[in-house]
This record gives sequence, structure tokens and C-alpha cells, in this order.
Amino acid sequence: MLNTKEIRSYFPILNQEINGHPLVYLDNGATSQKPIQVIEAIKKYYEFENANVHRGVHTLGNRATDSYEGAREKVRKFINAKSTKEVIFTRGTTTAINMVAQSYGQANLKEGDEIVITHMEHHSNIIPWQQLAKRTGAVLKYIDLEADGTLSLEKVRETITNQTKIVSIVYVSNVLGTMNPIKEITQIAHEHGAVMVVDGAQAAPHLKLDVQALDCDFLAFSGHKMCGPTGIGVLYGKEALLDKMEPVEFGGEMIDFVGLYDSTWKELPWKFEGGTPIIAGAIGLGAAIDFLEEIGLDEIEKHEHELAAYAMERMSTIEGLTIYGPVDPAKRAGIVTFNLDDVHPHDVATVLDMSGIAVRAGHHCAQPLMKWLQCVATARASFYIYNSEEDLDRLVTGLLSAKEYFNDVF
Amino acid sequence: MSSNLDQLYRRVIMDHYKNPRNKGSIEDGALTIDMNNPTCGDRIHLTLQVEDGKIQNAKFDGEGCSISMASASMMTQAVKGKSVEEALQLSSTFSEMMLGKDYDDSLDLEDIESLSGVSQFPARIKCATLAWKAMEKGVSEEKE
Ligand SMILES: Cc1ncc(COP(=O)(O)O)c(C=O)c1O
Repeated sequence: MLNTKEIRSYFPILNQEINGHPLVYLDNGATSQKPIQVIEAIKKYYEFENANVHRGVHTLGNRATDSYEGAREKVRKFINAKSTKEVIFTRGTTTAINMVAQSYGQANLKEGDEIVITHMEHHSNIIPWQQLAKRTGAVLKYIDLEADGTLSLEKVRETITNQTKIVSIVYVSNVLGTMNPIKEITQIAHEHGAVMVVDGAQAAPHLKLDVQALDCDFLAFSGHKMCGPTGIGVLYGKEALLDKMEPVEFGGEMIDFVGLYDSTWKELPWKFEGGTPIIAGAIGLGAAIDFLEEIGLDEIEKHEHELAAYAMERMSTIEGLTIYGPVDPAKRAGIVTFNLDDVHPHDVATVLDMSGIAVRAGHHCAQPLMKWLQCVATARASFYIYNSEEDLDRLVTGLLSAKEYFNDVF
Repeated sequence: MSSNLDQLYRRVIMDHYKNPRNKGSIEDGALTIDMNNPTCGDRIHLTLQVEDGKIQNAKFDGEGCSISMASASMMTQAVKGKSVEEALQLSSTFSEMMLGKDYDDSLDLEDIESLSGVSQFPARIKCATLAWKAMEKGVSEEKE
């Protein structure tokens, strides 16, 4: 277990009461809280360094550029990319996946080609592909899930064919917590000549990413789920692929030479960063990476497995409570999605909120997965580095009182 | 904890949730409205039978939390037999109630009054207003 007491002390927001109870924040799948180190880094940038990047001759311009490009190097190391040319700053996971669909997808797909995704994708890894399929006449195919919400490589092999051009799969499911065998799936995709896109939104905060070991072609993630600010994310792409791709946004910052009727682009990664970039966001993300690496990604992953195991053990003692996803806690990240009898998840979340416990209720931006689970909505508790076993005890107590409350009023 | 929650989950609401009135669907010739709350998955299927400017019958089906389903049950009960004008007036009174504003209490709100506590729970207001929005949409289509 991590030293959650010390870690908590870096998060000012956690030190407050909600509805008369100390806050227990268990909605980390939606967004994580931000440590003082990240808040300070952004403050320092605005107080001492703020200027536009890659432009000014003046000193502030240099400081801002150094900090911004310094953050890119931190990201490169964080995901073990070969070069900073492969690290593009975006607004988040959603923007990154849309860039791949619009640039790579639009140029390389034709009628009859296939795009393969799964039933456990977030809307942001479904709709860009639906739209691409509509525009190009490509076929969108889904890999079926096993009963416990995992993927079997057999079904992966059955679904990916020589017509498949793009495979795009979530690394860690934001609903089921499932950790998918991305390395193996990438290998299968490559055997068929397809590129592999990884939705890393829930993976980046929780485990060590290594794009070279995975051998994936693209990886998308968001800063705000990993202690960074909102509005910043990353698209990683292999240099050989990015080199051939056209930019999606055109304007300042991304150009080399501009003529009256034609222009040329800057080199990688800047050709994909049209306009004034998200400078403060990137610097905040860099500080978040420093913070997480100080704790250690392997330690974080271990902590979450332990919390998941503890939560599942404690929650399964509550009669009428159903937990979705892999039964084996070693197969899941710190995400536990559940339903309590026939109490609607909204009602569960409201009762928990009255005890200061924040969980998510709804379809979690995964309507196809809800359909697969045959429920309209679920409640979700998702953990992070500052959560402790005591937080989970509070959750269990809250759930028991929700159950009692609704049994009473019914 | 319970006293706060009791403001939200009044007994009348729970009764409508457990024993919904006008549950089902009017078969032929009725106005049909399907609406959902995309952020949370609540869903309502409302059928209205409107004749000579009057809501003769109203039924609903759907899935959702206690607040959304109880509100749908109460709404159908309240508008049944009312003129379209009266139903719309009730609906705007209900909106005011949800916003925590002073509302016209000269109208006979009956069970609907029990939902006034929802205004203290901002995240749940959308649950309560879904059925009313569906009704408004239905009768405005009828007018066109
Ligand atoms: C698995 C997964 N993919 C994609 C996203 C989208 O991330 P963002 O909203 O930051 O673009 C999320 C966030 O909820 C997610 O959990």
C-alpha cells in the first residue's frame, strides 16, 4: 500500500467536508484531483514565464518554449517513445483519437476495409470510427466480450482479417476495469497489416506505459485523469506514420513556408499543433508526470490492485450487490462498477453523496457496453493514489445504509 | 443523513415509484414521445391522447431512477383530463418549483408538491423534469 496519508496531504481539495462528512473522492475514472505540485507549476508559469512559444526573440519567449518542450520530453520518457517527434500535445484523448481517424483514417481507408473495436469502448473510441466508416464506406466491426468482461485472443483473431486496416482498443476499461492484452492484440493486428490504436485514458494514470514494448502505432491519453490539468492530452504516433499524415488543423505555428495558394508544414511534431498550443496545460502535465514518477507507476498499479481486491472482497459481502467485470482483481485496475438490488444507481449516488462519498452513476459514456451488460445504468467507484482501505470501508458503510434506507422507504 | 435524504425521498414519491400510475402505452391514435437523459440513461416513452384541446389519457413507460419515474407517474396523473393550456401551465409551475423559485400555489398540485425537495439536489433536477419535457414536446407537436 502507498503512504496515502502523505500523498493526501499534497491534495488541498481532499481536505474538506462534504455534506458534513470528510470527503471520500471515488470518481477518479472521470477525473483525478490535482496535487499542489501541479497547481504550483502552472502558477509559476503564469507568474514568471508566460509568453508565446516558438516565436519571440525575448527572454520570456525562450523560457516558455523551454518549459513547453521540456514537458514534451517528460511525456516521451513517461511512455518510452523513441523521439519527441512522436509526442503531439492535444486537448485530450477524444481529440487525439479523432485526429487519427480524420488524418490517418481518411487517407488510408476505402470501401470494404474494416475498422475493429470492442464492446467495451468509451464513446470517444466509437463515434470517430462510426463517422469514418460512414465517410469512407469502411465496415465497423466489434470484438465480442467474454462473460466476465474480458477479451479472448481467440475472438480477437476471429474478428481481425486481412481487410482490417485499423484496430482501436481501450487499454483499461473505464467501466469494467479490465486490463486488455494490448501487446498481443497489436501483434495480431500487425500480422494482418492493420495499425493498432490504443485508448490509454485509463491506463496512463495507473500503470507504466511503454509504447516500444507494446509496439502500438498510436496511443491517446488525457492529462486530467493523471493529476494533470484539464484541456491537455497526448497523441503518440510512430514517426514513420506521422510523417506521412496530413495535419488536421491549419494555421499558425504548424507552417514552414506560406505562399498565396499553397503552404508547407513544419516538421514533426509541430505540424500537428496548429495555433498557440496549450502551454500551461503541457507544463502542468509535465509536473504531474514528475509527481507520479516520484511515487512510481509500478507502486501505483500495485496499490490499485490491492484496493480493487479489498473493495471487491468487502463489497461482495453486501447482499444484493452485483459487481461487473473480471472477478480476478489481478485482471483489473482500481475501478469497481456495481448495482445495488433494484435501487437505481442515481439514488445510490445521492445517498452516498449525503455521506461525503463521491461516486459516478450513469452509463459512463459507454452506452454499447451498458447494453451488453443489460443495464441502463450502473454506479462506479474508481480509486487513485490517495485512496485508502478506510475510504473503502466508508463506501461499504454508505452502501449498507443506502440499502437500509431504501428498504425502509419501500 | 436521513433527515436530509427525507427531504428528497418523500413517502409519496416512493409510493409512485413502487406503484406507478398510468404505466403502459396507449395503443392507437396517440401522440408518442420518446425522450432520454443522455447524461445518465433515464428514458421515457410517453403516449398522450389529445382530443379537442384536452388530454383525455396519458401513459408512460421507461427506465430510470426513483425521482424520474415517480415524476412521470405524477405528471400523467396530473395532466389527465386537463386542457393543453392547463397542462402547460402546470408544467411551468413545476419548472419554477425545480428552480427553487416561488411558485403559483393556487394550482392544485397534489402529489407533485412532494417533489419540491428535489430543488435542493441540483444533480437530480433533470431526472424530475424529463417527463414534463416529454409532455410539453408532445402537446406542442399536436398544436403544429
Ligand atoms: C477509456 C476512456 N477513453 C476516453 C476517455 C475520454 O477522455 P477525454 O474526455 O479526456 O477526452 C475517457 C474519459 O472518460 C475514458 O475513460
